Amino acid sequence: MLEARPERVSKWAVLARLMAHIRQHKPRLALGLLCIICTNVFLLATPWVTGKYAVDGLQESITRQKLAYYAALIIGLTILQGVFRFFTRMLIIGVSRDVEYTLRNELFQHLESLSLSFYQKNKTGELMSRATNDLSNVRMLLGPGIMYTLNTGLIAAFAIVLMLKISWPLTVFSLLPLPLVSYSVRHFGKGIHDLTEEAQAKLADLSARVQESLAGIRVVKAFVQEKHEVAEFDRMNRSLVDKNRELIRVQSVFYPTMELMIGVAVVIVLWFGGRQVIQGAISVGDFVAFNMYLALLTWPMIALGWVVNLFERGRASMERLNYIFDAPADVRDEPGVRSDFQVEGSIEFRNLSFSYNGAPTLRNISLSIPKGKTVAIVGATGSGKSSLVQLIPRLYDAPPNSLFIDGVPVERIPLETLRRAIGFIPQDTFLFGETIRENIAFGVESASDADVQRSAEISNIHEDVQSFPNKFETMVGERGITLSGGQKQRTAISRAVVRDPKILILDDALSSVDTYTEEQILHELKQVMRHRTSILISHRVSTVKEADEIVVLANGAIVERGTHSELLARNGYYAELHQRQLLEEELESAG
Amino acid sequence: MHDEEVLGKAYDSRLMRRLITYLRPYKKFVAFALFLILFESVLEITFPWLTKIAIDRYIATSNLRGLTVIAAAFVGLLVLKFLCASLQTYTLQNTGQKIMYDMRMQVFQHLQGLAPSFYDKNPVGRLITRVITDVDVLNEMFSADIVSIFGDIFTLLGIMVAILVLNWQLGLVTLSVIPLIVLSTEMFRRKVRDSYRRVRIAIAKINAFLQEHITGMHIVQLYNREQKSFRKFDAVNREHLTANLDGIVAYAWFYPAIELLSSIAIALIIWYGGGKVMAGSLTLGALVAFLQYSRRFFQPIQDMSEKYNILQSAMASSERLFNLIDTPATVVNPVDALKPAGQPLGEIEFRNVWFAYNDDEWVLRDVSFHVSPGESVAIVGHTGAGKTTATSLLTRFYDIQKGEILLDGMNIAKLDLGYLRGSFAVVLQDVFLFSGTLESNIRLGSPISRERVSQAAQDVNLAPFLHTLPMGLDHPVNERGTTLSVGQRQLLAFARALAHDPQILILDEATSSVDTETEIQIRKAIEHLMEGRTSIIIAHRLSTIQRCDKIIVMHKGRVREIGTHQQLLAQRGIYYKLYQLQYKDQEVAVPGD
Repeated sequence: MLEARPERVSKWAVLARLMAHIRQHKPRLALGLLCIICTNVFLLATPWVTGKYAVDGLQESITRQKLAYYAALIIGLTILQGVFRFFTRMLIIGVSRDVEYTLRNELFQHLESLSLSFYQKNKTGELMSRATNDLSNVRMLLGPGIMYTLNTGLIAAFAIVLMLKISWPLTVFSLLPLPLVSYSVRHFGKGIHDLTEEAQAKLADLSARVQESLAGIRVVKAFVQEKHEVAEFDRMNRSLVDKNRELIRVQSVFYPTMELMIGVAVVIVLWFGGRQVIQGAISVGDFVAFNMYLALLTWPMIALGWVVNLFERGRASMERLNYIFDAPADVRDEPGVRSDFQVEGSIEFRNLSFSYNGAPTLRNISLSIPKGKTVAIVGATGSGKSSLVQLIPRLYDAPPNSLFIDGVPVERIPLETLRRAIGFIPQDTFLFGETIRENIAFGVESASDADVQRSAEISNIHEDVQSFPNKFETMVGERGITLSGGQKQRTAISRAVVRDPKILILDDALSSVDTYTEEQILHELKQVMRHRTSILISHRVSTVKEADEIVVLANGAIVERGTHSELLARNGYYAELHQRQLLEEELESAG
Repeated sequence: MHDEEVLGKAYDSRLMRRLITYLRPYKKFVAFALFLILFESVLEITFPWLTKIAIDRYIATSNLRGLTVIAAAFVGLLVLKFLCASLQTYTLQNTGQKIMYDMRMQVFQHLQGLAPSFYDKNPVGRLITRVITDVDVLNEMFSADIVSIFGDIFTLLGIMVAILVLNWQLGLVTLSVIPLIVLSTEMFRRKVRDSYRRVRIAIAKINAFLQEHITGMHIVQLYNREQKSFRKFDAVNREHLTANLDGIVAYAWFYPAIELLSSIAIALIIWYGGGKVMAGSLTLGALVAFLQYSRRFFQPIQDMSEKYNILQSAMASSERLFNLIDTPATVVNPVDALKPAGQPLGEIEFRNVWFAYNDDEWVLRDVSFHVSPGESVAIVGHTGAGKTTATSLLTRFYDIQKGEILLDGMNIAKLDLGYLRGSFAVVLQDVFLFSGTLESNIRLGSPISRERVSQAAQDVNLAPFLHTLPMGLDHPVNERGTTLSVGQRQLLAFARALAHDPQILILDEATSSVDTETEIQIRKAIEHLMEGRTSIIIAHRLSTIQRCDKIIVMHKGRVREIGTHQQLLAQRGIYYKLYQLQYKDQEVAVPGD
């Protein structure tokens, strides 16, 4: 889903977002550039001192003091160079890390503004990979990418000028292999990168195969397929190894090839430079200095090829990131919302029809829930119960003018005000890997211990929590105590209750709680919700029977409505549900 | 995930000895690579020496011919080094791949032998990490570490010898920087490893946070938590930033430090060596060679330092891996296993069977029943009655604690495991499909002809569905078969059982509701499956129950009632209530039966 859109404006236009960030750090980057210049000036002075001053001096019998002075000069130059190199890295790589950090924060903030439909279209794993792998690629483009580009450019310019000063024919000949080095890094680098991706894909296949085989271990064993599984694994294992070998074949000549080319440049200097020394065109010191310049040019040339690949990868990653950044927040405040609105709690669906992904989910729903009343919704799976209540906090947007809170269309109420007034407990309980206390106080700015405790009592989780060694500080999830489904649901109810909402919505949120506990919770909730509006979705008659109105949904439409006794008298879906429940209870009590 | 970050010793002789055994089959390759590495080191040492000869013997004496010869020799050696290096890398890496292949096979094979109870306790994700990630970490050690560390040591020793031979006094002076190089490299390694570890932990935290908040984004939004969650994200993101910035500081110090040490070496050579040149006790060529040698100290020392880290994680990975390999298989083929010829008759008996997954939490209590060859039995009961458990004991997915289970009068614990399991066709409630094709899912890995697969598909009424597919039986099935409907998946599982044609059928009927047409197809397919077989069915369909010869009613781990549909209804016991609750409506629900 996260593929880049096909129409590409310009190859590098995708980086526009990045430019804005770079501009913010202009002073540091400018200073970084200055540091690079200084680094290279001092770096390139060293061979000059070593070769032209010291080595040449030796042949003209200089004094020992002079020699010591040169030695000290070399160390001094290196220290200066080191100081500037230190700051270069701190500044430029530092900027790249800062930009990465800001971009990641922006990404998360943007994700927070996207509605449920975005998350249904995009896989969690892919979104995560955007925030880590792709951001890291972009960071590499910014940091090492920029640093090495500048560095290579400057060092090459300076070194070549100095080398030309020593001997232009020697410069021309010895530099011949170097562009080849850059080219082969780029070429091999790309090949290695592609093959690595292919090998990674094979590894992912193998991993998926293990996953399948182990997840289906019962089928494997029942049909005595162990040998076949092993054979299949063997085949894929082999295919992975074969791909890796292809990669190894390229890799194993990569570095040796570079070494060879650089070595050839060294031999050219040795032979041609040696000739020039013999002919008296250059001195031995020139020869030594030249050798050192060549060595200094090696790494930047290697970096150049690498940097080109960094830029390409970074650009592709930025393109994928833009897919998220460009996704519009479709559920949001439109201009003209009533910013001073206060929610009282009456809800009205006015002839509401709603389609999801083109499929009609709700048809002509008209339902009015006065403030402080409790409405229950029952119906088979897929009848539209959840969709109906999800429209209230605008998890999805209802068509304009079809859903009203206190007589105001829901889209005219500020999203934050609206949601703040609602305690929504979804069907799939989702708790965070934090303490129980943090989970309960999740939706309030601050909650006193008394608030947390009170809401835990209401949802009947308080006693359970007291039995945990760390009480409310118990971690939910992996390394903490594993909560049962019922305990999770009750914690989720506390989370809603502590918000003291005007509207409470329980989307089948008591399904894992036994009937006795359920009754207690409902009883407690009733006290709390006396002046508030509640909507209960359930499969259980026991949950809904005391509601002011019970609505039966089928295929997205209301088919029955009334109180418990009215619906029993109708002898329809609700009455049948009731009958079943009684039998179930009887069976449960049978020894 | 964080406990995988714990680093232990870099060297553990017990683990290392066991790891070395994996190298044994490839001794020759390892020896060859070792030879190449050593040869490469020699070449590495030769180059500065050649420069010395060129300067002293030929440039100093203006011998152009000699210079050309030495340049040619230089090129020759370069090519030789190129060949050595390529061949060596290839040989080593290739051996690493072979060892990885062996290890993965070993782990996977071992996993296949472990009983389902092992899988109840160990999440599949963690096992995948063992097979994939841990093995990969070891590869790094095998292909980069164990052998090439000799190359580094040899190169370093070679350089030392060379410069001492050139001039032992200047040699000693130059070598004095080596302890400093080792010291700064080691400090850098620790610092970087530390920051790298913090970065990895921060990344893991970022991932965990994102995973949680992307899945729970609706909760974040419903509970107006955007600001607070953002602040939390900012905190982990900042942790990542600071860990990285510390790493930058380490790098920013390290490179200048190394350069400084390098220039100190140069300065020493210029000052002390230059003096010797002036005194005539050192040639100019030797001085240049010294300058070149001094630059070659750094690489091997840095390499060795890196290898320390690799070794450290390899030890941790191998420990986890060996632990897994050493986990004993609990359900194993008995010694002197009975393996009767041909198919069993299909007589089954449970004799006072007690079973618990965990000590003393009995799931089955004193269960006894008998099924004659060819008889069909429906097991019914409310949720948690122990129905599924009872059937999984038959195929020895778990071993019982008390009592006996007999097949054709023989205790199943004494039967050959392959024979036992091959006697049953098991259709589980939750149909598990593998990615592949419809055909591969029916056949699995068994030698079953295409005709029989196709026949089985027809017999379970898959034919109408197959006709709608352009590729028929070759229609691709994705992971878990999510593109197929519930009904299609069930029919596919039936076809799988039918194609394997075993004597005894174990069927755990799915409860999920399907449309009327599919329901009829499923009923017919079940009838077909039951024909001529001993059948044990955990039944949810009234039609299935009624077709069975007898009904076993289980309740809370015990067998409570046995009899026919009519007999049990008349008893007005548990079955009667179950019937009212679950089956009664089905009498009218599906027409045409």
